[in-house]
Amino acid sequence: MPETGDIFPLVPLWPQQVHAGFPSPGDDWKEPPLNLHDLVVPHPLSSYFIRVSGDSMRGACIRAGDIVVVDRALTAAHRKIVVARVGEHLLLKRVQVQQRKVFLHADPPEMPAIELDQQADMEIWGVVTYCVHRVR
Amino acid sequence: MKPKIFMLVDAAQFYVSCERVFNGALHLKPTVVLSNNDGCLVAVSREARRLGLVRGQPFFQCQQIIRAHQVQVYSSNYAVYAELSRRMMGVLAQLLPRLEEYSIDEAFGELTDLAINDLTEFARTVKARVYQLTGIPIRVAVASTKCLTKIASALLKGDEHSGDVLDLTGFTQEQLDAALARVAIEDVWGIGPKSALFLRNYGVQTAKDLRDADERWIKKNLTVVGARIQMELKGTSCLPLEVKRPPKQQIICAKSFGREITSLIELEEAVSCYVARAAEKLRAQDGLSGRLTVFLRTNGFATNAPQYANEFTVDLPSPTAFTPELIRQALAGLHAMYREGYRYKKVGIVLSRITPLPVVQPDLFGEVSLVEHYREMQLMAVVDAINRIFGRETLVFAVQGWTRSWRMRQDRLSQHWLSRWEEMLTI
Repeated sequence: MPETGDIFPLVPLWPQQVHAGFPSPGDDWKEPPLNLHDLVVPHPLSSYFIRVSGDSMRGACIRAGDIVVVDRALTAAHRKIVVARVGEHLLLKRVQVQQRKVFLHADPPEMPAIELDQQADMEIWGVVTYCVHRVR
Repeated sequence: MKPKIFMLVDAAQFYVSCERVFNGALHLKPTVVLSNNDGCLVAVSREARRLGLVRGQPFFQCQQIIRAHQVQVYSSNYAVYAELSRRMMGVLAQLLPRLEEYSIDEAFGELTDLAINDLTEFARTVKARVYQLTGIPIRVAVASTKCLTKIASALLKGDEHSGDVLDLTGFTQEQLDAALARVAIEDVWGIGPKSALFLRNYGVQTAKDLRDADERWIKKNLTVVGARIQMELKGTSCLPLEVKRPPKQQIICAKSFGREITSLIELEEAVSCYVARAAEKLRAQDGLSGRLTVFLRTNGFATNAPQYANEFTVDLPSPTAFTPELIRQALAGLHAMYREGYRYKKVGIVLSRITPLPVVQPDLFGEVSLVEHYREMQLMAVVDAINRIFGRETLVFAVQGWTRSWRMRQDRLSQHWLSRWEEMLTI
């Protein structure tokens, strides 16, 4: 059997613990640090990150290049921002309920709204919960 | 004893469904996903099936249909499928406390102790919930045994108007007879092609025939395995849920090359890569392997080229999970088999005689030193940890090579939507 230690210097998996000096008085109160993922992804099984390509939702403070967190576990409702599949396209829109009809708007509403029709080939893909925006 | 209730969940054309989650343009369009190396169709959408495409068909044989009907074609994107499978299983685990993950797209659940009044309604809830959370459409079958859930699932496969949900527990005897009579013997879970042929010769054509066959005759000819299937078809559960999977007794790593290769150096690279991957899996289950097999073959489809296939098995001097030792043994086997002048299409390796880690004994003659063994395992633990943290194959053995031009072909790969920032879904 070749002497593997010669070829691969053995690296300890954990650095050696140094037993010297006084133990930290803070040891018993250690807590895991804040993790942003816990905040923005409460439902990891149903959440997706999607990058936004245009500025059509700037009224909702979502700009080109931002990353939105989309949670499929939530149900769409009036004023929610959603990802919807309309035919072949996935679109980022705001839901508007007007006279028992559901519309998908851009924000500001520059383009004509799309009526969400149960019979047509469209569905809500997920609900946007957070937007990660790089401040410049 | 209380009758048992099982549920089988399976995602129809799972790979196609995964592609569709991230690509709206594939919705309702004929779509297929290819196997490793873009060889065969492994997943065929309903729309593609209507055009006559079937699972298992070689890709090159259906070019004409694909072109004529603009069938959407994708290479297997396992990174995405594995992640969506994990999510689907996670959602199911929230609904079904006892769950057996049977394959990447199938799971059994047991409902016996859940006190559910309306099983069909519950099955619909499971289907709706999985679709909402993951975007994956599933079929849900309910019955009193695992084997019968498989029967129900086979019936759903052929019925587009079923709503993808079928509960056999509410069936009358006549309805059940009719259902079992519709399932061919080949489609009965656990009946292999050989047994099916044998049974057909004796007039056992359907699941119903098998259920009603003479029990002693079945046990005599199909052993206790066949007898259990028969019992399950009669509604008596004898195959319990395997909630905890037993560790694998065999680890196989074999893939076809993207092109035919002739040089020994490239074969060495491939064999070393497969050994490294298999050894990593072996260590993940805390196992040691006592036997290693290497095999290679030329392209069976190229009928006018000279053909050669061989395999080489070695019993290791002592069970090990140490990659360099396994690579050394595998390369010795490869060298013994390699013949010049052939165009090789596939090599693979198999690790078998797997024993759990803690039973290693220093042998009587002191050839295996426990200290040496621990040093090796420590080294491999570091390699595995680095590869886990910094990504697969961050640390490789030099013999695995760098270019890997023989790598499997994936010309039509969609993006790594869920694992790479630069490839994430953009809308």
